[in-house]
Amino acid sequence: MAYSLPMHIPDGFIDLPTSAAFAAIAAAGVAVSIRGSKSALDEKTAPLAGLTATFIFAVQMLNFPVAAGTSGHLLGAALAAVLIGPYAATLAITIVLILQALLFADGGLSALGLSIFNMSLLAVWFGYGVFLLVKKIMPKKKISISIAAAMAALLSVPAAAAGFVLQYAIGANATFSVSAVFTAMIGTHFLIGIGEALITFFAVGAVLASRSDLVYGYKNETSKLEIRSN
Amino acid sequence: MTHSLPAHVKILTVLAFISVSVATPITRWPAFIAFFSLLIFTAVMSKIPILLLFKRALIEVPFVFFAILMPFFGEGEKFSIFGLSVYRDGLLAGTSIVVKGTLGVLAAVILSTTTTAREILRGLEKLKLPMIMVQIASFMLRYINVISDEMERMKVARESRGFIATGIKHWKVLATAAAALFIRSYERGERVHLAMLSRGFDGALPSLDSHAVTAREWTTALSIPFFALIASLTALLIGW
Repeated sequence: MAYSLPMHIPDGFIDLPTSAAFAAIAAAGVAVSIRGSKSALDEKTAPLAGLTATFIFAVQMLNFPVAAGTSGHLLGAALAAVLIGPYAATLAITIVLILQALLFADGGLSALGLSIFNMSLLAVWFGYGVFLLVKKIMPKKKISISIAAAMAALLSVPAAAAGFVLQYAIGANATFSVSAVFTAMIGTHFLIGIGEALITFFAVGAVLASRSDLVYGYKNETSKLEIRSN
Repeated sequence: MTHSLPAHVKILTVLAFISVSVATPITRWPAFIAFFSLLIFTAVMSKIPILLLFKRALIEVPFVFFAILMPFFGEGEKFSIFGLSVYRDGLLAGTSIVVKGTLGVLAAVILSTTTTAREILRGLEKLKLPMIMVQIASFMLRYINVISDEMERMKVARESRGFIATGIKHWKVLATAAAALFIRSYERGERVHLAMLSRGFDGALPSLDSHAVTAREWTTALSIPFFALIASLTALLIGW
């Protein structure tokens, strides 16, 4: 849990043509998100997505003890999507990944497109889709938002892992069979997802309790001011 | 020498070098000796202590475990080495992952130790990363210390009240702290934004003019991936 394979792929693990193709897809996804966030946040995008990126980066250093000395940390894709919306979340997480690769050598430079695809696109957007779906079928209460966010977190992690398996199947320089990697990756990342879901559930609940107006996924739920005259 | 090169030149150089080494098949091992020598040479020229270089490269250790398993759990032709029976293809693939991953990490460490974060941003801007992304990155760099100090203070506050996280039952407290950190970060973002607006921010950050890159700087930087390419092609053609 301390190290996520789909997030920090090293150089040379996936071949160059595959890396380049996913980099192109990632660039297109980021371009769409820039457009989307501009209409949603306009000139507020930079400071807010910037501080959220900082938050994600910092919170990944917060250790959650599991048992017997092992611990894990939050990946934060679903959390960011629910809190600031999927467009800005894509931008924030992309920047976190780029700077981790350039400043800390964490994740290969030539594999950056692969990790951005897995984390900023798959985890964020799949997670946000799950969030919207669960929110729709749940009663209109605050707790439903936390549950929907937890479900989003639970499934966003295996979604990122599935992206990695796809990349592995297309262009890995490795000898493990795709089905073995699929089983191992989805299995372990489902477990990581359970942890991610728990943390996200509590975190979204806590933000809702004190500043529910900050939760993007809750915005349309708040009742508008009623003007009564009599 | 490496320190004074413009950041975007260095980023492109690292990318070119990594591409060459990733594209070279691991069976052409003399080429990889050349790649490592080039990196060590660059590190020495840049006055980076070699020990520091390898210390920082430890970040990829978790990956090595994945690669180490590969020779033992695979399929195909087997042979024995040092009394262990291993799969030939698995051994090659595992070695390839470790060697290329290490080259990538070492190159990136040389880049990050010879370039300040601010220069990296300037480099990303030169490489046509959209302005909004550069701005998000600059906010992140500017506030990372503020936010992680905030997180540290929250930790001290928890611990001075006798809280020690030992297991999953403590996650609620930690997650609530994370939520508080988010609210504080977001509110800081709002305050910063208002402060910027009141100082005339209109969505574009002023950029200071940097000097044009000279042909000499390009040649100096690109000579590294160029020599790597020569080494790779030589190994391929001679067929070592």
